[in-house]
Amino acid sequence: MMADKKLNIEIDGRPVEVPHGATVMEAANQLGVYVPHFCYHRKLSIAANCRMCLVQVEKAPKPLPACATPVTDGMKVWTESDYARRAQRGVMEFLLINHPLDCPICDQGGECQLQDLAVGYGGSASRYEEAKRVVPHKPLGPLVAAEEMTRCIHCTRCVRFGQEIAGIMELGMTGRGEHAEIISFVGRSVDSELSGNMIDICPVGALTSKPFRYTARTWELARRKSVSPHCGLGSNLVVQTQHERVMRVLPLENEALNECWLSDKDRFSYEGLNSEERLTRPMLKQGGEWREVDWHVALEYAAHALREIKSADGAGAIGALGSPHATLEELYLLQKIARGLGSDNVDFRLRQSDFAGDGHLSGAPWLGMKVADIGTLDRVLVVGSFLRKDHPLIAHRIRQAAKRGQEVNFLHVAGDDSLIRTANSLIVAPSALPTALAQITRAAAEAKGAKVPSELAAVQASEGVSAIARSLSSGQSVGILLGNSAQHHPRAALLHALAQELAGVLGARFGFLGEAANSVGGYLAGCVPGANGLDAGAMLAAPRKAYLLLGVEPELDCYDPRRAVSAMNEADLVVALTAYRGAVEDYADVLLPIAPYTETSGTFVNTEGRLQGFNGAVRPLGEARPGWKVLRVLGNLLGIDGFEYDKSEMVRDEACPATEIAARLDNRIKGVSLTLPGEAPTLQRVADVPIYFADPIVRRARSLQQTRDARAPQAYMNNAALAGLGLSPGQRVRVRQGAGEAEVELACDDRLADGCVRLAAAHASTSGLGGMFDALTLEPA
Amino acid sequence: MNTAHPPFSPDAFGPDAMIMKGIDGMNWRLKDYESRGGYAALRKILAERIPPDAIIAEVKKSALRGRGGAGFPTGLKWSFMPRSFPGQKYMVCNSDEGEPGTFKDRDILRYNPHSVIEGMIIGGYATGASVGYNYVHGEIWDIYEQFEGAIAEARAAGYLGPSILGSDFSFELHAFHGWGAYICGEETALLESLEGKRGQPRFKPPFPASYGLYGKPTTINNTETFAAVPWIVAHGGERFLELGRPNNGGTKIFSVSGNVERPGNYEVRLGTPFATLLEMAGGVTKGRRLKAVIPGGSSMPVLPADVMMKTDMDYDSIAKAGSMLGSGAVIVMDDSTCMVKALERLAYFYYEESCGQCTPCREGTGWLYRMVHRIETGRGRPEDLDALTSIADNIQGHTICALGDAAALPVKSFISHFRDEFLHHIEHKRCAVSVAGGYATNPGATLRAAA
Repeated sequence: MMADKKLNIEIDGRPVEVPHGATVMEAANQLGVYVPHFCYHRKLSIAANCRMCLVQVEKAPKPLPACATPVTDGMKVWTESDYARRAQRGVMEFLLINHPLDCPICDQGGECQLQDLAVGYGGSASRYEEAKRVVPHKPLGPLVAAEEMTRCIHCTRCVRFGQEIAGIMELGMTGRGEHAEIISFVGRSVDSELSGNMIDICPVGALTSKPFRYTARTWELARRKSVSPHCGLGSNLVVQTQHERVMRVLPLENEALNECWLSDKDRFSYEGLNSEERLTRPMLKQGGEWREVDWHVALEYAAHALREIKSADGAGAIGALGSPHATLEELYLLQKIARGLGSDNVDFRLRQSDFAGDGHLSGAPWLGMKVADIGTLDRVLVVGSFLRKDHPLIAHRIRQAAKRGQEVNFLHVAGDDSLIRTANSLIVAPSALPTALAQITRAAAEAKGAKVPSELAAVQASEGVSAIARSLSSGQSVGILLGNSAQHHPRAALLHALAQELAGVLGARFGFLGEAANSVGGYLAGCVPGANGLDAGAMLAAPRKAYLLLGVEPELDCYDPRRAVSAMNEADLVVALTAYRGAVEDYADVLLPIAPYTETSGTFVNTEGRLQGFNGAVRPLGEARPGWKVLRVLGNLLGIDGFEYDKSEMVRDEACPATEIAARLDNRIKGVSLTLPGEAPTLQRVADVPIYFADPIVRRARSLQQTRDARAPQAYMNNAALAGLGLSPGQRVRVRQGAGEAEVELACDDRLADGCVRLAAAHASTSGLGGMFDALTLEPA
Repeated sequence: MNTAHPPFSPDAFGPDAMIMKGIDGMNWRLKDYESRGGYAALRKILAERIPPDAIIAEVKKSALRGRGGAGFPTGLKWSFMPRSFPGQKYMVCNSDEGEPGTFKDRDILRYNPHSVIEGMIIGGYATGASVGYNYVHGEIWDIYEQFEGAIAEARAAGYLGPSILGSDFSFELHAFHGWGAYICGEETALLESLEGKRGQPRFKPPFPASYGLYGKPTTINNTETFAAVPWIVAHGGERFLELGRPNNGGTKIFSVSGNVERPGNYEVRLGTPFATLLEMAGGVTKGRRLKAVIPGGSSMPVLPADVMMKTDMDYDSIAKAGSMLGSGAVIVMDDSTCMVKALERLAYFYYEESCGQCTPCREGTGWLYRMVHRIETGRGRPEDLDALTSIADNIQGHTICALGDAAALPVKSFISHFRDEFLHHIEHKRCAVSVAGGYATNPGATLRAAA
């Protein structure tokens, strides 16, 4: 009742109606009246500590902070009266007396709230003639610079951001009065997956971007809208450039996706765009030596070689693999070339291992809801996801929803702290994941009085499972989200079908947390094999004579890197369209330099099916060219029809008219057996894809590579498992998977299930190994 | 346990003492308190099943006002606690006595701790709180330990814990000691500290009665306020009121310090003339002339001697005279006191104790101290005085809590009442008082850094 009541308030003589509970600041914002402020941030809790937003309120004995003063009915407020202005100017004077006023050498200059507001509210000269405070700088790690903490105005936005948004208090305030300081925990760096946002919300030059600082002034930079090429969220970006070089990346506000935030991966990975490893000229390998050649030489060589293989071994000897981080246009043209050559062997699902669902899908698997809908669910089950690191901002949405009462349940193969208030968490070995999901389904069906398929009739629920089932079946609005590990899982199709069963029992929505920028787009582009084609797994298990690679680093991007590399080595021809040099030089025959997302136009279709086009922000580096153009020419040289495109938009419209997307998104799966797996191997691998190794760009982002998340992988086991093998943490071991092996250090993680060895994928040190969730053996090195 | 010092006269706190009546320094234990009539009020409440509303009404009638400094009517504060709230409610005692010049709560806890415990139990009964905390100032560790002993006694005797004295009322009390930060005496900073967080005030509203300790409805009263409650319940609000004046019920303990012959705590009826209080404390040291008095603790405006000698010691009279009764710390300054030096010390205190949360206080207190220090050390300028007043104005009323006001008020009152003395420092670079011809200021004195 109360909440429905509207309140009338008059601000600067203008009336406005606001909902019950609104603050004066919110009412002013509604009117478009700007009240100066520093500590207030609409996404953070109210601190009311900067006092800059003091306003005059009728009948109040003193000026009140607009940010923290609730509106009462009939309230009259003046934000610009002499009384209000005197208070605001007084606060500004206090803020400036100990501020170093070093704007000319401050990296925040030109985009500093203190600088801006000082123009309006500060004096031209200071009355302050005493000694100024000096605050020691703080080492916060590779991302956030806190070299000039004297500039800090103690607004505590960074502190509140950590506590409330990131879920981890990386910065805090210690000391009293003038000695109050923002510091990190002793010796800890500030590099959670969301830390970079503190740079944005710091209203002064106290926290600045370490990779960017002192490289350019904000007013010298050109700004281009773009879309993140990393995780499936499709965060909106402002790419800032100077002299045809990306200087930094900032969030472009989009309340439906990234809000005003960015993950550190989205923010700092631009360093990889300027990496030394960028491939800038087409190259041919001749006699084992790489030679730089002209584009037409390289392309004609590639076209000729592909045609030769086709005529010698048939089109089926050719396989095409695209990266899920490639654009919709690139993926579409890649499959069009493969099919134009007569091969149906095309795929972009590189880390998928179970393709049993192919042929049984009703459409492109997607989130099953809008990203924003996640926050409105009252119960969630996240299955097989390193949520925080795989989808930092979706984790943030769930974190906020959990605070509002959403019950969050995890079913996973590792117990990493999600920094989310969790109702239930069940950690099982990968091989037990389908069984656990089946048990939840069975228990939920019992609670709901629903029928279960006969395959699940005999399943018994354990206590951990029952708690999750109870939580889910008590919800009104339930969501089941299948994460990256569930998609990589050797029984991914079964998990998919079980999730569908569970959703049916609960009346819930279910969907997939898209791993990459185009995890949905790849399906829409048709970059998946047809009935006669080989999928990504089969193409590598049964090596082809020729591979066409698009933005792929097989040794790091595939489910089974050893098998992938060996297939590449066995092939007669590997044509790689890539932005980077690297291991590809070992097995490729032609290297075609293509432009990363900042240098080409293109489209990503994010996990919720949102089609987001973007233009290049800078010219392609060196002789690199947009991938769609390279593929167009290759298509022409191969004599395939329908490659007459002038603009990338023409490719996009042909691949996937925007109006058709909704109809093509469908998570339903039919005709997949629900028979649960039997015996588990003695030791099985649990492989995460560490956040900063996930794709070719971020792997080359220098600053991110210095963070804690980019440390070389260790092999984790629980204490009992270690003891059972007579091994101890810190010991070096040789891990074997089939013919593949790697030598790594052992560590203990008691949150892992028995029989599991967690060892990350996508890292050079483990690229000699086999499948991410396959059996392995261990021995002391 | 604090039993080292010898007993003193049972009327040491003055003839009208009520809370401290019959206290001789040794008789703090439960049996002593009971022999003075202690816990009779609680027994009466539980035996007669007096409804909580009736107790609040009685406290309202008594005109008991908060003894911690703000003087807010206690009964009214208790009535703000939501009656029908289904969850946990808390009763918190603020014994974080840190105001310079104030030392009454220390003596109450040391000599008569059970009066506070009984007052808190009654408060819990009246407001429906079943858990209480006493936040004891961090620098009186022995008294905190002694209070723990008193709680243990009360618990053993059945005054604390489940089903008190066989009734259906339960109340548990815990002692908690701070670490000596002045700001933790601010009630919401105290709550933060009690929750284990950094002690800094919360923005209000919401007030503690709706969102207090751990977000639950909470009443916070001063030690002396709680100590007065049993007497009110035992003797009736009317009689308490009659001890003082209308709207200023009861007795009040004044901590008299500074240039007096017998500094100490004196419990007198509210409305007692200042002259009488001064006399109880033995008058001004060595018969010197009274110069100025801060009547309510260091955060209240100073008043000149002539004003003070005409003023009675109660909330309304002192407010009329231009200051505030505050916590009842009477700081007496004779004519040998340099007002610049005195203000420098006060300004330093607030600079040192500002929590640093909000801008005007964090930045302004340091500015005030540095300027006063400059004047004291002979480097002042005539324009400094108006600047000081203006800076104090920019702090006052602009901060989250009252610490900003506390820092501003002494500065403004010292300069307005003793402007000539400040000007003398500025013009002559030496002091006007102390010895004939004044003493030279100390130009080499270094600025004190806040700890």
